[in-house]
Amino acid sequence: MAKFEGVDFYNIDQHLSDEERMVRDLVRKWVDVEVLPIIEENCREGTFPMHLIPQIGEMGLLGMNLHGYGCAGMSNIAYGIACQELERGDSGLRSFVSVQGSLCMFPIWKFGTEAQKQKYLPGMAEGKLIGCFGLTEPDHGSNPSGMLTKAVDDGDSYIINGAKMWITNGTLADVAIVWAKLDGDIRGFLVERDDAGFTAPEMKGKHSLKASVTSELVFDNVRIPKDRILPDVRGLKGPFSCLNNARFGISWGAIGAAMACFHSAVEYSKSRIQFGKPIAARQLVQNKLAWMLREITKAQLLALHLGKAKDDGTIGIPQISLAKMNNVDMALQIARMARDIHGANGVLDEYPIMRHMANLESVFTYEGTHDIHNLILGRHITGFQAFQ
Amino acid sequence: MIIGVCLKQVPASDSRIKIDGSGAGVDASDLKMEINPYDEFALEEALKLKDAKVAKKVIVLTVGGSDSEQRIRDALARGADDAVRLDDAAFAGSDSLGIARILAAAAQKEGVGLILAGKQAIDDDNSQVPAMVAELLGWPQVTVVDKLELDGGSFKAWRQSGGGVRDVVTGSLPAVISADKGMNTPRYAKLRGIMMAKRKKIPVYDAAALGLDPASVGAAGAKVTQVNWSEPPARPPGRILSGEVPSMVKELVTLLRDEAKVL
Repeated sequence: MAKFEGVDFYNIDQHLSDEERMVRDLVRKWVDVEVLPIIEENCREGTFPMHLIPQIGEMGLLGMNLHGYGCAGMSNIAYGIACQELERGDSGLRSFVSVQGSLCMFPIWKFGTEAQKQKYLPGMAEGKLIGCFGLTEPDHGSNPSGMLTKAVDDGDSYIINGAKMWITNGTLADVAIVWAKLDGDIRGFLVERDDAGFTAPEMKGKHSLKASVTSELVFDNVRIPKDRILPDVRGLKGPFSCLNNARFGISWGAIGAAMACFHSAVEYSKSRIQFGKPIAARQLVQNKLAWMLREITKAQLLALHLGKAKDDGTIGIPQISLAKMNNVDMALQIARMARDIHGANGVLDEYPIMRHMANLESVFTYEGTHDIHNLILGRHITGFQAFQ
Repeated sequence: MIIGVCLKQVPASDSRIKIDGSGAGVDASDLKMEINPYDEFALEEALKLKDAKVAKKVIVLTVGGSDSEQRIRDALARGADDAVRLDDAAFAGSDSLGIARILAAAAQKEGVGLILAGKQAIDDDNSQVPAMVAELLGWPQVTVVDKLELDGGSFKAWRQSGGGVRDVVTGSLPAVISADKGMNTPRYAKLRGIMMAKRKKIPVYDAAALGLDPASVGAAGAKVTQVNWSEPPARPPGRILSGEVPSMVKELVTLLRDEAKVL
């Protein structure tokens, strides 16, 4: 297959700074050399490519849009474009980086004490400390405010009880950002791997995000010192501000998965001869390819504009919802359409199609389901909240 | 010690090269440029010597126009401390000797104590410049090196000399070493390096700044002129055999043996 050179029909490139282009080229090359040759194997085995973590840390991709504490301090567009290139490799890899940077490092950086920042952030930026984010519970997905996990004040410590589910990196994590109710208020706590009563069993049997670790977190009278609460945030605003950062990255990441499927579909259709001609010469196939390019281009423009808004501080929550929802939806449809163009070959892991398609089913649902983002937009349009 | 790394931008190795209208050059308009892969080994070796505190500073020396600046920034992002770009209208049309004169002058100006360069550039494959730089400076040189050790003012270099025989060459610094594949694994840039590289100034030296006589470089000083470039001849069309399988197999083997001479 011809080398992937990106998809840039509307010259997005000209709107990127030199360093954003350098990040793009760096991560693209790294994915070509280090990820694509091995990722199908990880996917088959259901394992995360652990040996890549030090490289990801060394390049500085973890918390790359944060300032200080060993972070690179790059633009949000640079972060987005790194997510795009990572997800061209695999959504599991992008998820790893999203969770570490946007869901774990960000709340410590934004809501933590100076001592917490010093303790965790430099190691997390290097990939030497892994984080996970515990919000979703077995019975509380789209409705996190109903969470049952509780913390109680017990003199010089807090005691946490409850369970979280669907937690990326849970089993790998050295530190878990756990959202739990303290006197009825949702608060963030830092629970460490070795805290007594804390376990993080891996969830097995996924047909999606197979090259990513997903876990339960179980808290059985976990006692943590008082200095492990995030002091500067109360209520759902805490976890939602993290999710908004991650959703921003996902809106770029999904474009990467779509580009991988589109690239493979173009290459395949040009080399697959049926009835004496490449199938790429057929109108029905061209119609599909044109639709893919159209959707990818629109998604790129959404992501770029959202990135500019995030960089100049004017980004809005419904706008993030629209981009996450649209871009993941288009990527999933492109993956399915690419599978169709590949014919039976599309189901083989010789091609990346089914892996991306299966991954995107999770991405469609996590970090706010497609429908929940519709409801966020619905509330914005009408003023009526349709969640409850 | 300061290490100078000669770095050239070349078309990406998977590029399709088109000859330009003059017939004596390459149409660069659609080409994606990269750091010459052998220069990446030279740069990595220099960075490793700096990491090991054997070298104090790594400076990139590039002969090229402003379009090569992105490659220089890539080298800075990986950890090179400084870079100079060597550019002058008088440099246009330089042959290998002219390029070597420019690089040698820059190395002297920057007080370089060791020059590392790729063993060849993958665009013109001349493999001449590092040796010429060494001759112009009167420094010892070892070419096609895949392992290097420094000890005070001396070096020890390993090279393949064909048939699996290994040469080990020792000498004194300053010296010129040209790097072969296998010397090391080039590192990836770091994002913080990219941010630092963005802020670095890349001075541009012309012939006057380097103390070079413009007549000694460029087309004026060239002893070799490229006259003509041509595309490789088009591949003849393949042949499709027909008939019964046993007779086709016989025919194929005969053709492979007598015509293609691969058996």
